[in-house]
Amino acid sequence: MIKIDQNLCKGCDICTEFCRKNVYEPSKTLNRKGVYLPVPVNIEECKKCNLCAILCPDLAITVEEDHE
Amino acid sequence: MSNKPKVSGFMNYLRKERIPTIFCAGCGNGTVINTFFNAMEMAELSLDNISMVSGIGCSSRIPGYIKCDSLHTTHGRPIAFATGVKLGNPDMDVVVFTGDGDAAAIGGNHLIHAARRNLDLTVICVNNSIYGMTGGQISPTSPKGSFASTTPYGALEAPFDLAKLVSGAGATYVSRWTTVHPLPLSNAIKKGLQNKGFSFIEVISQCPTYFGRKNRMRSAVEMMKYMKTHSVVKKKAKKMSEEELEGKIILGDFVNRNWPEFSEMLCEQVNEKSEKGLIDAIKSAYKTDL
Ligand code: SF4
Ligand code: SF4
Ligand code: SF4
Repeated sequence: MIKIDQNLCKGCDICTEFCRKNVYEPSKTLNRKGVYLPVPVNIEECKKCNLCAILCPDLAITVEEDHE
Repeated sequence: MSNKPKVSGFMNYLRKERIPTIFCAGCGNGTVINTFFNAMEMAELSLDNISMVSGIGCSSRIPGYIKCDSLHTTHGRPIAFATGVKLGNPDMDVVVFTGDGDAAAIGGNHLIHAARRNLDLTVICVNNSIYGMTGGQISPTSPKGSFASTTPYGALEAPFDLAKLVSGAGATYVSRWTTVHPLPLSNAIKKGLQNKGFSFIEVISQCPTYFGRKNRMRSAVEMMKYMKTHSVVKKKAKKMSEEELEGKIILGDFVNRNWPEFSEMLCEQVNEKSEKGLIDAIKSAYKTDL
């Protein structure tokens, strides 16, 4: 699971561009705050490396470990 | 580096009522906060024993978001205040957040003298090559030819190489990374926190709002891609010519040495020479106030 906190994300696209697995795509519509949120479209590709989460300047991303 | 950061717990270190931060979208300051938490966990330190000091500038607002004791001081002076914090509380881990303008222009003297003394501080300098908060003036680290509100035709001056400057002044741990290298950067901050002496971690960071806009890089992503393609690790840089290194950002540890540390020497001296002994000497100022 990847969660993006709508209140924190500022739509900078860093996660979209720097995830090596191209998990994210920017949303096509603005949210209430006027931000194009990233959408984790290729979630099955995610390696849970947490690179997106540590790069995110606004700590908006939570990458959850799968529970067995 | 394979050990992946446990970012999900970092939110607990922040003053939640103050976020989202005031920083512009894509500003590197937030990534620096995350790498600090990662480093703090790796060094097994706790915010309970950390005191943060900052000056003026965008990056100097960082401590205000973090749940620990902090001191937001005057422009250029965080290291001077941090010296007081450390000498008054020698057991505290004192961390300074500063920017290129704060540390290298107005605070340049404090920086070199704290390095010369090898005082046990961890200074994290977020270097975005511009004054962001005050409207995009050039700073002492702006590259030659770069544009800013004060250099509409391009900067003529040569910039400071901060890592070199501080190494020359006597720091015992000096490292440089960028916001595109969060894991080696975390590791460098960890080493800085563990070093008993003056540690200086220079983080090359992006200010999309001023440096980016004035220098035709329209977004944080574009700036980060530039940093990525223009970075060379020190080992590789050694084999390159001066021309090849033109415009490159050299990364890695520049200094890592074991020299006598100032607060330790001072405490020893006070213990030995003063009749009061160390604790009484430190507290004497308060006693006479009462
Ligand atoms: S955890 Fe790694 S692989 Fe997964 S989305 Fe983030 S950067 Fe991409
Ligand atoms: S890096 Fe963070 S703030 Fe930027 S778009 Fe991704 S989730 Fe939003
Ligand atoms: S002005 Fe620049 S340094 Fe300041 S918050 Fe905005 S992007 Fe960051």
